Amino acid sequence: MEIMAYNPPRFSEERLAQVRKIVGQFPEGRQKSALIRVLHMAQEDFGGHLTAEVMDYVADLLAISPIEVYEVATFYTMFNLKPVGKYMLEVCHTGPCMLRGADKTIAYLQQKLGIKVNETTEDGFFTLKSAECLGACGYAPMMQCGEHYYENLTEEKIDALVDAWQKQPVPPKAWEKID
Amino acid sequence: MSRKILLEHAHVAGIQGYEIYRKMGGYRSVEKALKSLTPEEVVDEVKRSGLRGRGGAGFPTGMKWSFLAKPEGVPRYLLCNADESEPGTFKDRYLMEKIPHLLVEGMITSSYALGVQTAYIYIRGEYKWIVKILEKAIAEAYLHGWLGRKILGTDFSLDLYVAPGGGAYICGEETALIESLEGKRGNPRIKPPFPAVKGLWQSPTVVNNVETLAAVPVIVNEGGDAYAAVGVGRSTGTKLISACGNLNKPGVYEIEMGLPVEEFIFSDEYCGGIPGGKRFKACVPGGSSVPILPADLMLKNAKGEDRVMTYESLSDGGFLTGTMLGSGGFIVFDEDQCIVRNTYTYARFYHHESCGQCSPCREGTGWMEKVLHRIEHGHGHDHDLDLLVDISKKIEGNTICPLGDAAAWPVAAAIRHFREEFEWHVRHPQEAQARNYGLGRLEIYYGAVGV
Amino acid sequence: MLKVTIDGIETQVEPGTTILQAARKIATEQPEHSHLVPPAMCYYSPLEGSGGKCRTCIVKVTQGSERDPRPMPKPVASCQTQVMDGMVVENTTNPDLLAARKGVVELLLINHPLDCPVCDQAGECHLQDLAFAHGASETRYEEERRTFERIDIGPYIQLHMTRCILCYRCVYTANQFTDERVHGVLFRGDRAEIGTYIEKAIKNDFSGNVIDVCPVGALTDKTFRFRSRVWFTRPFDAHRKCDKCCGKTVLWMAGDDVLRVTARKDVFDEVEEFICNECRFDHKVKEDWTIEGPRSIHRHSVISANKYKAKAKTVV
Repeated sequence: MEIMAYNPPRFSEERLAQVRKIVGQFPEGRQKSALIRVLHMAQEDFGGHLTAEVMDYVADLLAISPIEVYEVATFYTMFNLKPVGKYMLEVCHTGPCMLRGADKTIAYLQQKLGIKVNETTEDGFFTLKSAECLGACGYAPMMQCGEHYYENLTEEKIDALVDAWQKQPVPPKAWEKID
Repeated sequence: MSRKILLEHAHVAGIQGYEIYRKMGGYRSVEKALKSLTPEEVVDEVKRSGLRGRGGAGFPTGMKWSFLAKPEGVPRYLLCNADESEPGTFKDRYLMEKIPHLLVEGMITSSYALGVQTAYIYIRGEYKWIVKILEKAIAEAYLHGWLGRKILGTDFSLDLYVAPGGGAYICGEETALIESLEGKRGNPRIKPPFPAVKGLWQSPTVVNNVETLAAVPVIVNEGGDAYAAVGVGRSTGTKLISACGNLNKPGVYEIEMGLPVEEFIFSDEYCGGIPGGKRFKACVPGGSSVPILPADLMLKNAKGEDRVMTYESLSDGGFLTGTMLGSGGFIVFDEDQCIVRNTYTYARFYHHESCGQCSPCREGTGWMEKVLHRIEHGHGHDHDLDLLVDISKKIEGNTICPLGDAAAWPVAAAIRHFREEFEWHVRHPQEAQARNYGLGRLEIYYGAVGV
Repeated sequence: MLKVTIDGIETQVEPGTTILQAARKIATEQPEHSHLVPPAMCYYSPLEGSGGKCRTCIVKVTQGSERDPRPMPKPVASCQTQVMDGMVVENTTNPDLLAARKGVVELLLINHPLDCPVCDQAGECHLQDLAFAHGASETRYEEERRTFERIDIGPYIQLHMTRCILCYRCVYTANQFTDERVHGVLFRGDRAEIGTYIEKAIKNDFSGNVIDVCPVGALTDKTFRFRSRVWFTRPFDAHRKCDKCCGKTVLWMAGDDVLRVTARKDVFDEVEEFICNECRFDHKVKEDWTIEGPRSIHRHSVISANKYKAKAKTVV
């Protein structure tokens, strides 16, 4: 049996400097306030989702107990606790988007990607999710991928986006805007 | 054209950057306040302006500020609530994207008034690109001496930071926001104590909406009385309305309080009417939690008077025939929209967003969603409608925070005004899967008004 | 001292006292008025921070205070609302309030399994008592109920999340006994569950107390599991010399067998003094204990009301 090299999750020096900067925004002893932002960073750096190991690492970094990290990571919807595809497409389907055809957008994406909501394509490229209100009601239907909102979606727009993503070898980094 | 106060310069090229913003008169309110007004005088101006919280509750801002406890040696905090998540609402996002320095300026002037030395903008986590816009604006403000130590050579110092959330509607509730900013789950706190006494890290704290804080510079520059002269009665100034749903021109509009609802929906200056010449069926004018009204009651109140965009006019008639201005998330439904399906999505939303702390909301929101899901998918019973109203009453007024009310109101209102449509869904499940109910009783209304 | 009137009964309390505590004071001093104490499913006076969540202890304040006699617009949680001088409170005398409480009970029950016949908590379950006193006899809930897998928290405690009403008492208990937080609530809304950082939790000498504070059968004693219905066992006050805790317990016996050991609870069913795991789990032989005598149970429980008291008397 081949033994894979094991790399525990560790932030780069540059990232650690960012963590220290964020912790510095809060008074002495209130470093827990940095938790949500550091979890976002961890999710970006360690494969798009948070494993128990990653959460324990974050707890260690901020000198808080692991349960405090689990409580928070499971409360907020932006943290993925299971692996997701390189491109996680979140289509808003709350009232205002529904009025403008979000259900059709979801149906179209399901058919185009060959997966259902909450599934990931076999090649690991796409995860499709439905989301509750993302604050783009006037530009519906819309979806979020990475840090970008794609608004006023049509089938043509979706085709263009998905086709372009399929050609990309690397996923967009969440804090890097792509247009 | 009605007067623009917040978005006056929103379309000036480069207004996102410091130089242009400053050239257009930006940061004057900081200069004026720090050099010629005491903090109490700034609070007085805000009181005189009649400014009311723009996040949805409409509580007078000056009064909220005057409640802030000021114990010696204890830091105070100002938090900007940018956790915009109420379905239908996307105005704060627009303001922060277009003219971020206005919020920064508003926070500096407000912090001076409140004696605050550290302030945070808590922004919903999904607005990641706006975090960068705001952090850039803040960096520029530091660079030009509007933030940091001894601002403009006075004794006033302020640090301002952006803190993104992690995806939770409940964090728009001010005590949940505080919990979240402390790095915890967004469980609302039991009040009292109110944040003005014990807020962030148990220190006195004021939490204001983005739009509220952005209105402070103009109030300081032109005086509270001048601001109060705009608008009608106790609804002073302007309001950002985020219009969405079935409209020709959805988007964010700054309106002077008192604009007729009909003009807002149908005039080309604003939403430009409903696409495809379809008829207007219903409207949720203040974000998903406020009661839905059918077209006739939305355009005119029960007394037959034109409804106008003010806190008072929209709530005229109470919940029986009125609604609320709320956050200004203005959702319009054309004649082909299904009220049952819409109500179901709202119930699903509130169920999804309930923090789970107190039992009526945790259990009741899920129950309402399931019943509505059944009705929408053709498995409803006649008694389900009374059941839904009853569940909504059991949640309303009986929870730690207003999310319970926000979940209960839209369900109760939809059944109040569109009961026939719900009954039709229950009694004709197959037909309801195939087509929409349409205008129902409003056909008569449109016949009568000759549209 | 502040004057407060609850259901027409007046009492004087210290500033800072909550309505619930004032009601309990009345019940302690005048046991004939015990019925006016609001039920509390999440509040637990020894646990700092508990309360405010279940909403079963709601009362109607018809007069805020002597100085400001306006009524409070909504029902308030009596466990969190402090008494003001001259406050007038209605609980059992207000039909609207009782209807609102009935609503809360219905909501608490919609996702709760109807497994009382196989639940070890039956007979001493607060939710059972609450449903008996304030609930409806039929449910209007016809949807699917929420379920979870059972989880063992170490060798002695079982978490049956399906039965949990998210009162957070166990969370506060664990926080109180451990320097570092090990126990918390995961996920949110009606998907929320009690999550435990297991290894550390079982190492704690007082973890067994989460069983005693749990108002329902969500946290049960694995060593007592299916051994007996509680109403077939007889409680005796007993003590032993313990260097970890007070050593004062209740032994629940069948003949000479000690089936279960718990902490002693007061008339409001709150633990008087927490006990250690050793006393609770490791001394299930009569000889290890000094038996003080039968313990009378002052509870309005479904079962004890009919049977228990009579039996306890014959034992004496």
